[in-house]
Amino acid sequence: MIENLAASIVVQSEQSPGWFLVHSIGMGMGVVGLLFFLGTAVGMLRFPDFYTRMHAAGKGDTLSTMLMLGGFGLVTMEDFSVGSWLLLLKILGIVLFIFLTTPTSSHALMRAAFEDDEMPLGEKDLKKIRSRARGKQAN
Amino acid sequence: MKEYFAILMGAALLVLMIPILYRIIRGPTGFDRILGVNVIGTKTAVILVIIGTLFERVDMFVDFAIAYALLNFVAAIVVSRYFNRTVPLHEMEEKLSAARQSRGKVN
Repeated sequence: MIENLAASIVVQSEQSPGWFLVHSIGMGMGVVGLLFFLGTAVGMLRFPDFYTRMHAAGKGDTLSTMLMLGGFGLVTMEDFSVGSWLLLLKILGIVLFIFLTTPTSSHALMRAAFEDDEMPLGEKDLKKIRSRARGKQAN
Repeated sequence: MKEYFAILMGAALLVLMIPILYRIIRGPTGFDRILGVNVIGTKTAVILVIIGTLFERVDMFVDFAIAYALLNFVAAIVVSRYFNRTVPLHEMEEKLSAARQSRGKVN
């Protein structure tokens, strides 16, 4: 598999160095999007409160989706034909749509949670959590 | 090279979705569950583009991705409206008039 991969890289770079650069930029964008999605996953797992979880999910999800879709839009480009440009334009349309809708939906969810009396963590809750942790350490 | 990259990206996305699935199953409030479903639904669009890259029919799968993104947005808005506790109009007016009267007494 690794030999295959190396051979395909060499062939591609010999055929078209410019396209190899474009594909590399697209793959880099995809990997950066994965990093942001890792931040979202860790935040949704570890944060103590609904609002903090929403903070992690809203921001990381939007940016990681935009970066991954843009990266795949660059990776799938092969030539300058009309179909290829149309494909890139469609993917950029999805990126624009997600850029508009994900913050809107997270805002609506936050508003609904706040009007449903879902309270954020306060000083007292933090003190309780800390004292419980200390008790566990003492035991 | 494109195929290997697509497979690796899909596998990494699948692994990173496990904590969010945990949040959907475990989540203390209902809003946590909706939030997790929203995040996974947004990532479904990316996974559809990855599948299209593997089948070399991206032009077809991009349309599916648009449909999924739209459906996900509408679902999030509708569910948040459904969970929103609405107050009837006459109760709101009573509260407003009571607040105005108390303010008048203070002044």
